[in-house]
Amino acid sequence: MAEVLVYVDHVDGAVRKPTLELLTLARRIGEPVAVALGAGADATAAVLAEHGAVKVLTADAPEFAEYLVVPKVDALQAAYDAVSPAAVLVPSSAEGKEIAARLAVRIGSGIITDAVDLEAGDEGPVATQSAFAASFTTKSRVSKGTPVITVKPNSAPVEAAPAAGAVEALAVTFGALATGTKVTGRTPRESTGRPELTEAAIVVSGGRGVNGAENFGIIEALADSLGAAVGASRAAVDAGWYPHTNQVGQTGKSVSPQLYIASGISGAIQHRAGMQTSKTIVAINKDAEAPIFDLVDYGVVGDLFTVVPQLTDEIKARKG
Amino acid sequence: MSLRIVVCVKYVPDATGDRQFTEDLTVNRDDVDGLLSELDEYAVEQALQIADEADDAEITVLTVGPEDAKDALRKALSMGADKAIHVEDDDLHGTDVMGTSLVLAKAIEKAGYDLVITGMASTDGTMGVLPAILAERLGVPQVTLLSEVKVEDGTVTGRRDGDTASEQLEASLPALVSVTDQSGEARYPSFKGIMAAKKKPVESWDLEDLEIEADEVGLEGSWTAVDSAAQRPARTAGTIVKDEGEGGKQLAEFLAGQKFI
Ligand SMILES: Cc1cc2nc3c(=O)[nH]c(=O)nc-3n(C[C@H](O)[C@H](O)[C@H](O)COP(=O)(O)OP(=O)(O)OC[C@H]3O[C@@H](n4cnc5c(N)ncnc54)[C@H](O)[C@@H]3O)c2cc1C
Ligand SMILES: Cc1cc2nc3c(=O)[nH]c(=O)nc-3n(C[C@H](O)[C@H](O)[C@H](O)COP(=O)(O)OP(=O)(O)OC[C@H]3O[C@@H](n4cnc5c(N)ncnc54)[C@H](O)[C@@H]3O)c2cc1C
Repeated sequence: MAEVLVYVDHVDGAVRKPTLELLTLARRIGEPVAVALGAGADATAAVLAEHGAVKVLTADAPEFAEYLVVPKVDALQAAYDAVSPAAVLVPSSAEGKEIAARLAVRIGSGIITDAVDLEAGDEGPVATQSAFAASFTTKSRVSKGTPVITVKPNSAPVEAAPAAGAVEALAVTFGALATGTKVTGRTPRESTGRPELTEAAIVVSGGRGVNGAENFGIIEALADSLGAAVGASRAAVDAGWYPHTNQVGQTGKSVSPQLYIASGISGAIQHRAGMQTSKTIVAINKDAEAPIFDLVDYGVVGDLFTVVPQLTDEIKARKG
Repeated sequence: MSLRIVVCVKYVPDATGDRQFTEDLTVNRDDVDGLLSELDEYAVEQALQIADEADDAEITVLTVGPEDAKDALRKALSMGADKAIHVEDDDLHGTDVMGTSLVLAKAIEKAGYDLVITGMASTDGTMGVLPAILAERLGVPQVTLLSEVKVEDGTVTGRRDGDTASEQLEASLPALVSVTDQSGEARYPSFKGIMAAKKKPVESWDLEDLEIEADEVGLEGSWTAVDSAAQRPARTAGTIVKDEGEGGKQLAEFLAGQKFI
């Protein structure tokens, strides 16, 4: 069976969920060969093998952390040359997309970004994409070269499928461009202990209606009662009430959870672009005419300052 | 020494309009108003600020697109850019990101540059990969997704706020920069700016000027193929209740019914 390269997104050896989802998709079109780079790469092998990786190619070098993106492209290209895969799959993070894109130019291939599903087809893998703020669903293929496809989080189930997962060291030679952009400083993001926004099964978001940074505690309390991630509209972020990393929408994160709860959010097209593919959508808004209500499975027309705490208390009571 | 800045801007259908695909599965540009992609306004703004700080700088705005795309160039010129280049050719219809980036790279090289600035993503294709591809094609450092940018003594520095960390970046010119919507509000064109823009030069180039063959671009030359596009079925009308004091409890009941609690 043809091999499929899967680029591994991990933090010091802890593999992030979107990569495990990629392994599920990769198995539909071939045998997954994982590529893990940087500190802790070797430590990723066990979980990758558990989810279907027949082989794990690893490389570590100071260049991966000291320079932006290009050293990782050099490494992925080395893996591509070593394996001659039928397709290359990369998680649709900001960095993942850039790595995939540069690889695609180098190997003379087309690229599809932000796929939400992937199937085998007669002329190669067929990707499903959401277009125009998720108002359209398209099916596309790469028609030249080896398909390079980036896939959004929550696009496939994580499935156990034990495979050999033999670890092999990948030899990488860095090109002249690798050291072009130096990373002169790095401030790690502080963990909130809550699930990662793009990977969470439930997202609870607040908007301008929350009316102040101090009131976001109400949203956080609801999120914690459900084990959810916290999101925010751009209006709330621009007002400085919540960090930009939590912004949901076109220029923030795009989320696709099982449940999305919007409080005090009107549902502007740019916000919808980032959450419209959520499975179940719930909104609390005091304006019955707010466009968000066009999307909801369940909506409450009311003041979030009374509805949200009541909901939180009720959830806590039911969970005992 | 003059700093030559080229800003890439895209002409896109208004996101608040009813965006559709045409029969050949390309974007319908006729039934929805087009405009300068809002995210590219941030790129123009940063170019203007960088030019202000430089001793001597010239800003060229560049677009690849149909006739109407001139509107996007005019908007950028009225914000304060100095001149514009419009790459237009019937054979470009339906070009994907590999083709677009090829055309942009050739045009940028022909124009001459020290710094290329783009937006973080377009508001229609929203791929967010064109900047990285351009850097690869041009063979210059990519300093992308910056929420802060500065150019001094031939060096560009900036801040990139990523998922797990905030990074401080540095590269030598020539370089390619992309900026996010966190980089600073874009200015509104002044009346004077709008009047002045009418007199600024807009050059038109076609594929021949860039020595690109027709079969390298367009639908035929695409590296990708769209097989189908279907409008997402409207969500079935949900239940909407008015809070009469029990709204939170009713919602909890719904969530329990859906097994979320
Ligand atoms: C290029 C571009 C990119 C953008 N990217 C994004 C993006 O990524 N994400 C994003 O979210 N937006 C984005 N926007 C902004 C977007 O257009 C909207 O301005 C934004 O989503 C509005 O946020 P909001 O819904 O919180 O605020 P508003 O639209 O002001 O809505 C607030 C809502 O809260 C309700 N409300 C007020 N008080 C209460 C109360 N006490 N109880 C209940 N309800 C209450 C109101 O009825 C109203 O419906 C972008 C815009 C542009 C131009
Ligand atoms: C819904 C949709 C989905 C698509 N999916 C794919 C796909 O999966 N694969 C593929 O190869 N193509 C795809 N395309 C085509 C692709 O969007 C265009 O080729 C486009 O010009 C480049 O991509 P982008 O605008 O999405 O770029 P982005 O990478 O999102 O744009 C980043 C920046 O590049 C600059 N830029 C982009 N285009 C131009 C231009 N024409 N002129 C000047 N500057 C520009 C702008 O500064 C912009 O802010 C898609 C188009 C649509 C409408």
